[in-house]
Amino acid sequence: MKPRDFLGMKEFNVLCEGNNLDREISVPYCCDLLSVAMANMPAGAAWVTVMANVNTLAVATLTDAACIILAGGVSLDELGQKKVTEQGITVFKTELPIFEAALLVHKHLNG
Amino acid sequence: MSDVVTLRYDVIPGDFIKAGEASSDVKKKLMDIGISPDVIRKTAIAMYEGEINMVIHSLGGYAEISIYPNEITILLVDNGPGIDNVEQAMSAGFTTAPDDIRELGFGAGMGFPNMKKYTDEMIVESQPGIGTRVMMKVNI
Repeated sequence: MKPRDFLGMKEFNVLCEGNNLDREISVPYCCDLLSVAMANMPAGAAWVTVMANVNTLAVATLTDAACIILAGGVSLDELGQKKVTEQGITVFKTELPIFEAALLVHKHLNG
Repeated sequence: MSDVVTLRYDVIPGDFIKAGEASSDVKKKLMDIGISPDVIRKTAIAMYEGEINMVIHSLGGYAEISIYPNEITILLVDNGPGIDNVEQAMSAGFTTAPDDIRELGFGAGMGFPNMKKYTDEMIVESQPGIGTRVMMKVNI
């Protein structure tokens, strides 16, 4: 499964297509504490979080995440939107809570 | 031509954005050189954690990354205030970060443990009132 597959799903809205639409997703990963995400998030993760500050974007880049999924209706602010566009980070948003969003990714990955 | 490539970045107190940009820049440069993704990930995470420590706690300093044929070194040097008890600072969960930093998703006392986890060698030297110097190595 690739981030591109989210483009056709009604639950997800793309905020930035970025450079990773065709990257293989390894696993959905849920965490809002950036230090914990940095310690444990596998490369290629679809990172589901409600933390949407500029540090989230840096962590996604440095841990080599496939994409960020902002859950629970959270979105990027103006600075965040500018940063993801500049850096080519693939970002989606969803109204689903974190668990349900990650479960949906999990089902598609393993379905 | 020298075998060593050195990159240097200033680290400014409170400036998270610049810290992220510096680590991202190192990541890009390592990719350009053809370093393996695993080594890049380890280097980038260790450097960013170190920078975040400096952004939160220090009076400023610099990060210097040197790429040798068999290893990458990350040197972080700040101008104070220094760490009273390095051993305590290195233990998982210990933090002196204020609430506003925690609200950003940092300050869980995982910076040093993460740096240690992602590097092959790490040495921390600190003198209260003078500053802290962290040397990390990632084998290629």
